[in-house]
Amino acid sequence: MSDVRDLVILGSGPAGLTAAIYTARASLDPLVIEGEPSSTGDQPGGQLMLTTEVENFPGFPHGIMGPELMMNFRQQAERFGAVLKTEKASKVDLSQRPFGVWVGDPDAIEPTYLAKTLIVATGATSLMLDLPGEQRLLGHGVSTCATCDGFFFRDHDIAVVGGGDSALEEATFLTRFARSVTIIHRRDELRGSRIMQDRAFANPKISFLWNSQVVDVIGDQAVQSIEVENVQTKARSTLAVTGLFVAIGHRPNTDLFVGQLDMKENGYLVTETPSTRTNVDGVFACGDVQDDTYRQAITASGSGCAAAIDAERWLEAQE
Amino acid sequence: MSEHITNLTEATFDEVVNSSTETVVVDFWAEWCGPCKMIAPILDEIAAEQVNVVKVTKLNVDENPGIAQRFGVMSIPTLLVFKDGEVERRIVGAKGKSQLMAEIGL
Repeated sequence: MSDVRDLVILGSGPAGLTAAIYTARASLDPLVIEGEPSSTGDQPGGQLMLTTEVENFPGFPHGIMGPELMMNFRQQAERFGAVLKTEKASKVDLSQRPFGVWVGDPDAIEPTYLAKTLIVATGATSLMLDLPGEQRLLGHGVSTCATCDGFFFRDHDIAVVGGGDSALEEATFLTRFARSVTIIHRRDELRGSRIMQDRAFANPKISFLWNSQVVDVIGDQAVQSIEVENVQTKARSTLAVTGLFVAIGHRPNTDLFVGQLDMKENGYLVTETPSTRTNVDGVFACGDVQDDTYRQAITASGSGCAAAIDAERWLEAQE
Repeated sequence: MSEHITNLTEATFDEVVNSSTETVVVDFWAEWCGPCKMIAPILDEIAAEQVNVVKVTKLNVDENPGIAQRFGVMSIPTLLVFKDGEVERRIVGAKGKSQLMAEIGL
């Protein structure tokens, strides 16, 4: 049986690592289960690992690259003694204290880690379209990471699906490489912020297909075209593109907590605002896993700080 | 980068891949790719643990776009696993260590 730690943090995006910085400085010796690499946003460093220039994180007047910002967070947490493990939790037991956290085989009798308090900062994962050709052509024209893959579409015609800030940011970024970028959105207006909308509308390489959704991805070895349906008229058309970038939103990474932590209908964890307390005493949640309103790096970071202080005070009250 | 990892270029690629008796893993990567950075330490570990079993190599797609194009790499990280000079497996996207090892065939 492992030693009982004061605190285990699940997740290592802006929320988890801010919680790690604060609790490490408070000598709580936090262990961060940072997640395993993936290309979906559910990975060490979180969603910013898939972004390019972050222009709105205060303190960086000239902007900073997303992965670089997260490397800075990481170094800052490690500087104060936070221990980061590149592992993914496979099970948690919140029914008794200390809480159990499993890594690897979820059927193992003993948990891998035991903790008096737990901070849940597992974030959110980008949604896919769920089309038959999509998985098969992932990496062959279908992409979830514009920054990783934009380079391969120099002078190509490509499409971005979605109407929020991520879609607009990806589309704008991709015009550095692509000949044309078509934004496909199922409504007739965008959800993204004013500044991102203005940039997209002003960009001569970007055009829009409104009230439309992708119904099929066509190609044997690589994407050759996509089938698009007008959601009002049901009319279908073929768009000849070699790249399809999906940015249609996120779902919270809360599968581990089903039946143990209270969630909203959309899967986001419920916290007792303005605190980060969940329905289980000693378990705190911060960042996108509990935020379906703001979903910004800076708000995630702010709530990570709140969770750290909540956990610290909770531990003090136990002594 | 670990001493067990070989950096490939367009000039050295064919020779290394064709002449190796071990399985060769080529990691297609670039400086601007966040997920590539996250799997780099895992590949370092695998290279150190599997000396004489697999040869782990890296290919910078920015500097060597021709090789990426030749193998139809359109997403990074992509790992190509070569046996006797032939592509045996293709692993697209960043993954954890155990999954990467399984997909490489270790």
